[in-house]
Amino acid sequence: MSFQETLSDYQGFDFERFFAGVSDADVTRSLAKPSFGAMDFLTLLSPCAGDHLEAIAQRAQQLTVQHFGRTIQMFIPLYLSNHCKNRCAYCGFNVSNEIPRLVLSLAEIEREAEAIARTGMQHVLILTGEDRRTTPPEYLCDAVAVLKKYFASVSIEIYPLHTEEYAQLKAAGVDGMTVFQETYDPVVYKAVHLGGKKRDFAWRLDAPARAAEAGLRTVNIGPLLGLAEPRREMFFTGLHARYLETSYLQTEVAVSLPRINEAEGGFSATQNVGDRLFVQLMTALRVFLPRAGITLSTRERAAFRDRLLTLGATRFSAGSSTGVGGYAIPIKQQTDSALQFEITDARSVDEVAAAIVARRYQPVFKDWEAAL
Amino acid sequence: MADDALILGGVRFTNRLFTGTGKFASNDQIPAMLAASGSQMITVALRRVDQSGRAENILDFIPKNVTLLPNTSGARDAEQAVRIARIARAAGCGDFIKIEVITDMQMLMPDNWETLKATEILAREGFVVLPYVLPDLTLAKRLEDVGAAAIMPLGAPIGTNRGLETKMLIELLIAHCRLPIIVDAGIGRPSHAAAAMEMGAAAVLVNTAIATAADPASTGRAFSLAVEAGRMAFLADMAAESATAQASSPLTGFLDD
Repeated sequence: MSFQETLSDYQGFDFERFFAGVSDADVTRSLAKPSFGAMDFLTLLSPCAGDHLEAIAQRAQQLTVQHFGRTIQMFIPLYLSNHCKNRCAYCGFNVSNEIPRLVLSLAEIEREAEAIARTGMQHVLILTGEDRRTTPPEYLCDAVAVLKKYFASVSIEIYPLHTEEYAQLKAAGVDGMTVFQETYDPVVYKAVHLGGKKRDFAWRLDAPARAAEAGLRTVNIGPLLGLAEPRREMFFTGLHARYLETSYLQTEVAVSLPRINEAEGGFSATQNVGDRLFVQLMTALRVFLPRAGITLSTRERAAFRDRLLTLGATRFSAGSSTGVGGYAIPIKQQTDSALQFEITDARSVDEVAAAIVARRYQPVFKDWEAAL
Repeated sequence: MADDALILGGVRFTNRLFTGTGKFASNDQIPAMLAASGSQMITVALRRVDQSGRAENILDFIPKNVTLLPNTSGARDAEQAVRIARIARAAGCGDFIKIEVITDMQMLMPDNWETLKATEILAREGFVVLPYVLPDLTLAKRLEDVGAAAIMPLGAPIGTNRGLETKMLIELLIAHCRLPIIVDAGIGRPSHAAAAMEMGAAAVLVNTAIATAADPASTGRAFSLAVEAGRMAFLADMAAESATAQASSPLTGFLDD
């Protein structure tokens, strides 16, 4: 059974009416439950639950410390290529954008790896656009072979693959994958994905399940907050994560909560997600999914990110470059416009680690190694 | 109680509280916790051991007089657990190994079958094998047969602090196994630890409750005292519980006069 079926169960569901019917007592009751259903989750996502934010945050913090301790898993992205055939309205790598297109050679990947390794990062996430001709699975396998020499763990955030291809990458040493559905609203999905393979909603939706099926250890999903109505987006993201958790017991499931930042193309969010709502979405998700990883990228402001680590976040990227390379090969050479998205937290790895320690949390640089 | 040591793999443990290294806010809390609790055995996930020299190595925070119990956290099957155990030994972590094979990322329940397989292989290779299991007597007897050094049944799922939810099953292991039974996982309060020891557990392993406390050192000390009290009560062979009140001055007492 695909998550597609769960999604269709909610076709025609009147969210506005549900939210309008939520009372303070409903929120309190849901929050006190030992076992938390989909409607309890939706209750915590309601506007009414916004008045109970402190109580939700307290519960989120308690559950996070219980299951993850006071630790934050650190990782760093490495963009291998910005070649892309898709036309996503919000993305700097959009095929219509006239930016220099680059793909790192294996020698360049090695140089980048050396530079990244010097920062102390040991979990690396490699990214590409969607262009199977320029960056086929074989290229990624070769890249992983190089990166394995420098890092304990390598994960991928690339275009959706077939199950056998995920298995091929796992055999090459890939531990985890990230794929964002961007939006669970099929209408908005079509409206912002204007061209390319990414227009196929279902193919992307089932990618994390295919990766789990292939035996990847970690699967990270997420919406791009700002594209569609955020409470519903969070609801479906949570259901998707729970679907993966229950369908693939061996897989660690994590959720990212990126908010739209300015990228090439000047796209701005149609749905504003303010800090207060963001915290509600994140803490409600934590209460719904006590064991799921929650990933926060450098899209968020430094001071805000530091606050979020006590409220449920478990994975931080840091010291990131969102252009191709950027650690050994300076981004300046590629022109500033060639970024996938704008970074807000520009601190170095050491600075982010120090900020985590200052909050009495432990930055964890190594939590697994492919050799084990 | 000086002669009441627990011997495992030829090592004498006079403190029956075993601890863990996960979930601490910082690694420097670990030596302080060990000093305050007196714990003589600590488990460490090999997956977290960083010997790259680029970041903190958790092993540097464990005093030499404390026995290292590397664990195979992250292993999804016996083969992987065996590989991790061998790497741990090659890395100088000693012969002790706690086998943790988990195939359920939700409740983190151990896979008893894969654990049995890994125990057999590693015991043959001379490891001191402590398998982390769901308490099941049939399995426990097989673990004895294949050379486990102790059996570590869970009291409740990892990190839940729910105490001895599997009490009746653990009691069966204690009653019918010749190996030491070390209750691992789920112990959330010193009173849970004391209860396990009163039942006759040989030791308890506590991590989450200590590591995530606001003051891990004091919490470690509290657990250690509870373990000692529970052990003392067990050895004193205290009177059994009764479902009904037992009068201190029995009605038929005069018959003995």
